[in-house]
Amino acid sequence: MQHAKEIALPKRETRILSSISRWLVAASTIPRRDPFAFAGLVLYLIFILIAVFADSLITHDPREILFNDEYDLASNLTPGGDHILGTTYSGRDIYSQLVMGTRGALVVGVTAAVCVVAIGTVVGLIAGYFGGLTDTLLMRLADIALGVPFLPFVIVLAAFLNPSQWNVVFGIALLLWPQSARVIRAQVMTLRERAFIEAARVTGAGPWRIMFVHIAPNVLSLSFLYASIAVGWAILTEASISFLGFGPSDSVTWGYMLQDAYASQALGRGQYYWFIPPGLCIIGVVVAGFFISRGYEEILFPKLKD
Amino acid sequence: MLLEVRDLVIDYRSTRGRVRAVDGVSFNVPAGAIIGIVGESGCGKTTAVRAITRVMPSSAVFSGGSISLNGTDLVKLSERDMQKHLWRDIAYVPQSAMNALDPVWRVGRQVEEVLVARGGMEKKAARVRSEELFAMVGLGANRLSDYPHQFSGGMRQRASIALALALSPKLVIADEPVTALDVVIQRQVLDTFATLQKQLNVSVVLVTHDISVVAYVCDYVVVMYAGKVVESGPVADVLDRPAHPYTMGLYNAFPELSGDDRELSPIEGSPPDLLDPPQGCRFRARCPFSIATCTQDPPEHLVGEGHIANCHRATEAADLRETAKRTETWVGVTTE
Repeated sequence: MQHAKEIALPKRETRILSSISRWLVAASTIPRRDPFAFAGLVLYLIFILIAVFADSLITHDPREILFNDEYDLASNLTPGGDHILGTTYSGRDIYSQLVMGTRGALVVGVTAAVCVVAIGTVVGLIAGYFGGLTDTLLMRLADIALGVPFLPFVIVLAAFLNPSQWNVVFGIALLLWPQSARVIRAQVMTLRERAFIEAARVTGAGPWRIMFVHIAPNVLSLSFLYASIAVGWAILTEASISFLGFGPSDSVTWGYMLQDAYASQALGRGQYYWFIPPGLCIIGVVVAGFFISRGYEEILFPKLKD
Repeated sequence: MLLEVRDLVIDYRSTRGRVRAVDGVSFNVPAGAIIGIVGESGCGKTTAVRAITRVMPSSAVFSGGSISLNGTDLVKLSERDMQKHLWRDIAYVPQSAMNALDPVWRVGRQVEEVLVARGGMEKKAARVRSEELFAMVGLGANRLSDYPHQFSGGMRQRASIALALALSPKLVIADEPVTALDVVIQRQVLDTFATLQKQLNVSVVLVTHDISVVAYVCDYVVVMYAGKVVESGPVADVLDRPAHPYTMGLYNAFPELSGDDRELSPIEGSPPDLLDPPQGCRFRARCPFSIATCTQDPPEHLVGEGHIANCHRATEAADLRETAKRTETWVGVTTE
């Protein structure tokens, strides 16, 4: 038996290698199979790279008020020269704000999505597996959460607590989990009756083990789908909140930029280079997320293709 | 006696009332023996053996009887104590064992999970043990790193058997273990199963609707019909000299695994509605030999060494057997 184990070891490494290469081959067929999903992936990758390397990409501190050589406020400069996208009314560098905003948007989007899906998956698992009273209670709770008007709730929450991006994440997590919880619950209910779950019960496995070791991996693909949708939602919500002026005051986000531009009447001055880029970025990241989730959904439910 | 089931009664709650799926079933499993429980779909055989593990649908109600394993009455155990017996003492090869493996984990990981979580083994020892188990059922150790979908039906069945034997249980309950396989693979799997059973000296309760499977591997047989035991005893005796018309009919309705040519004749009709079971013998509507007294509960007749038949006419069994062999006996019997 000892030598058998030694043979098994290199085999495991080749297995990892072969699974990586298989993954790469599968990834290389994406552009042909689903050009939209591919475009989404590329766009997302660009945004992620920008967010990661934001510190070295910016030319100025996005919050710093800049002055020109004559110590006048460097306000409303047009694009070009030192400032790729010009400066704002209060003399801040727009390009640097845009780059920093990418980081803010992705952090909010991803953390909110993780929270939404974590809550949704756990609630869905518990409700679906135990059923009965537990299920009724959790699902009525979900109904209540669905009934709360979304944007006003997040605004009130942001107003009550300190305006910070974490409160936006908190608000989104609190209200968006029911969608994923419901779908996952339904999936769990069908899985619960499957032979391998019954088999796990007969081996003497407890309910929590069955839920998290045997059912959860089977619904994980659905969780990811909801996560990819939630990212877009979270970014949009954060932008809306910031635009309405309830956003975090300590960080620069795209929504904050739009609000700043709106409040200082950038449109009236024709400063399109100020508010169009953040708007395009919001659309870009949400659309990219949508394309990815759509492509992913088609893999999960091939029937949708027709 | 390793396992004694006495007067087991299981009901299912349904919207139309209670269905008595298992009605006073008793059987014994001697240590080291294979007993077959045979009957057609819906006769309560699966419900009866599932009750031993206590893993049942939520609509099932335990309404009476006792199940004692080595003298411990499993019925009286708490949920927690029962869980301790599961897999360590009683293992189960489920119906459609083909689908009994979790599709998202490698098969080896699932074997190891049972060994570690239920058997308290170290991860490394579990790996060695799972290789041993796979070798026992004739699967290569390299298949441990495969996913269930990479296995054929017969291989999955073997893997389920390996899993069942993982913790050296005293009793293995196999529910239709070969039903989904073609006859050639059926025979291979049954051979593996029977060999291991002898080697490890485990007791097996084998549930099947196929009487030729019973003939092939079992030592004892329990024939069930509509929730009741109609005949039980040593396989050779029961199959050579069936004393209940249902057993005779069942025997006529299946080809033999050994391949002897014999004309097959089906039993016409279908089992009674268990929401409203008929008085007396439940088989009488489909029985070619039913008489007036059949409306009363059939008595138990000891027709041979340990061979019991629940039939009013069990004493005339020898004559009935001759008539039952003719195909035309079974044509146009149903009174429904």
